[in-house]
Amino acid sequence: MSKHTLSVLVENKPGVLTRAAGLFARRGFNIHSLAVGPTEHSDVSRMTVVVDVEGLPLEQVTKQLNKLVNVIKIVELETTSSVQRELLLVKIKADINSRSNVLETVRLFRAKVVDVAPDAVTVEVTGNPDKLEAFLKVIEPFGVRELVQSGLVAIGRGSRSITDRSLRSA
Amino acid sequence: MTTMTGAQSLVRSLESLGVDVVFGIPGGAILPLYDPLMDSRSVRHVLVRHEQGAGHAAEGYAQATGRVGVCMATSGPGATNLVTPIADAYMDSVPMVAITGQVPSAAIGTDAFQEADISGITIPITKHNYLVTDPADIPHVLAEAFHIAGSGRPGPVLVDVSKDALQAQTTFSWTDKVDLPGYRPVSKPHGKQVQQAAKLLAESRRPVLYVGGGVLKARASAELRRLADLTGAPVVTTLMARGALPDSHRQHLGMPGMHGTVAAVAALQQADLLVSLGARFDDRVTGKLSTFAPHAVVVHADIDPAEIGKNRTADVPIVGDAKEVLIELIAAIEAEHAEGRQADLGAWWRHLDRLRETYPLGHAAPPAGEVSPQHVISRIGKISGPESLYVAGVGQHQMWASQFISYEHPNTWINSGGLGTMGFAVPAAMGAKLGMPDRTVWAIDGDGCFQMTNQELATCVINDIPIKVAVINNSSLGMVRQWQTLFYNERYSNTDLHTSADGRRIPDFVKLAEAYGAVGLRCERPEDVDATIEKAMSINDVPVVVDFVVYRDSMVWPMVPAGVSNDDILYARDLTPTWDREE
Repeated sequence: MSKHTLSVLVENKPGVLTRAAGLFARRGFNIHSLAVGPTEHSDVSRMTVVVDVEGLPLEQVTKQLNKLVNVIKIVELETTSSVQRELLLVKIKADINSRSNVLETVRLFRAKVVDVAPDAVTVEVTGNPDKLEAFLKVIEPFGVRELVQSGLVAIGRGSRSITDRSLRSA
Repeated sequence: MTTMTGAQSLVRSLESLGVDVVFGIPGGAILPLYDPLMDSRSVRHVLVRHEQGAGHAAEGYAQATGRVGVCMATSGPGATNLVTPIADAYMDSVPMVAITGQVPSAAIGTDAFQEADISGITIPITKHNYLVTDPADIPHVLAEAFHIAGSGRPGPVLVDVSKDALQAQTTFSWTDKVDLPGYRPVSKPHGKQVQQAAKLLAESRRPVLYVGGGVLKARASAELRRLADLTGAPVVTTLMARGALPDSHRQHLGMPGMHGTVAAVAALQQADLLVSLGARFDDRVTGKLSTFAPHAVVVHADIDPAEIGKNRTADVPIVGDAKEVLIELIAAIEAEHAEGRQADLGAWWRHLDRLRETYPLGHAAPPAGEVSPQHVISRIGKISGPESLYVAGVGQHQMWASQFISYEHPNTWINSGGLGTMGFAVPAAMGAKLGMPDRTVWAIDGDGCFQMTNQELATCVINDIPIKVAVINNSSLGMVRQWQTLFYNERYSNTDLHTSADGRRIPDFVKLAEAYGAVGLRCERPEDVDATIEKAMSINDVPVVVDFVVYRDSMVWPMVPAGVSNDDILYARDLTPTWDREE
């Protein structure tokens, strides 16, 4: 299975997420992660979908998604020509004995402590999926009490904007 | 701008869209709409007996006329009864708009009486759908719904309107203009791709034109005929495309697929080039996909880009409306011919003609005194003629109606192809007859199918819709029984319907017809077939139901069993054609 990152511009209307997510499920495509949020245009939302597929079905995924009336545009973002980030919040066991080691790891990864309790710290990390994976591996021995992770968001490098171009042609 | 209720706004929108007939049943949530509908001078509402009938009637109307069919139901069970026809319209790309009432917006999500999330339920089976809670949205949503349903690859659109939106005051102003930034179907094909297709078609020695329902949807039969005449290539028409090229056309090999002709199936298998026009490489056509048309280069033209490459990789993909594709393809081929490029198809035709002569469509005679279902259907086609419309249910009778009636005109054959909805025929024939009142409309139905939707005979009688129904009564779920005969050691689990075979008639279809105020006729002897059909033809003021009691062991041949390669087509039981190679 290969992973592909799709940026999907959709009309900001109720039910759009259901339509897209349902389509993936019923056509048998696997979603690795999905993130939705507003864009610089109030009537357009942007979904970033990471799908697990091989080359040929990916074309089917984009063609079927494109058939949804609320989908305006789909762009595949390659890792090399885009910036890709995930956000991780993780509650790590950290008592008086282990805390300084935990904080050292946090510093190494340029992560940020956002909450402290007597026996735990909550840490915020952003980065590409590889960095988050590496971070989790290193802090795992300390003990992870709770973990929450966002879907991946991505934006193309350079000055061009996919939203501008799509809205001009609309 | 005029002030009115949302319901009045909806009726005005339907009038502005030129809707002349709506099939439906009122109920609590949609009651506000039915009140102003009563006053409309241009929109006729036909009260059906079951919402499924409303949906299939809208489909029959749409398929006969090419216009968008409209059906209507109340919230909850009314709406869920539309689910089957909506799914049917989605599979067969039928332009249809379904309007449903919804509980008041404040009650949505509370499990209110007769509440069902019909817009959620129908997401996978509609081209698009809407939930309207603001009456101001009604006109533009209706305009969008009709535009989406009827353009591009046609399909069903559902508009769910909450009761309070129907009751509230709003202003009405009509505009046809729709603003859909995410919906721009491509109809004009790419010139370079068309030229490549033309080049292949001019050079290929074993080409086949593989024609699907898209050609009928695009109203492109004349262009198809021109292409066939120009290239001399053999043509196959799928179940959804019967009538796209006259059956009498010399190059027409018939229907491909599971119950296709040997010549049509073999032509696809042995072709070096398939030019697919508005077809989707359905499993019922391809058989086992990995062995389908193994030697063929594939040109795939379809208005829906997602169909291209979905099942079979296309060597030359063409996205476009079938009519525009054909017009450009014809011009490009004329240019090829003008340059002197035109392959000799003589050997190909000698091969195919030999197959046609050796393995024509036919059927074994039933035991003496029994009525042959194929003969009945064939005689209906002959006596009623090619100007009539034929609407089938699903099963053996459907396949025989596709095989043994000669279709000479487009849109004279209406059936449920993709979803295979038993019970389609009677309501769809009713809708087709309303759309084409001057045509004779035959529902070719089975005894199983007929029992699923015959309540619409009441609608037909009361509204003067004189359809003719041929019940091909083999006293069983015939196609399922055929599979039990062939694949389940003749163990007939739950397929006997007791509608004639054991001396009981439960129900008696003649009495049933009479109970509805229709004419009921019965034919049980081979010698009475023609006279009975002629009698039915002579009655044109009320619906006629003919109970043709037929030989129950008749089977549909040829057959490619499910999941098997087309190369292993059975011409009849235990009889596989021999594939002598062409010279």
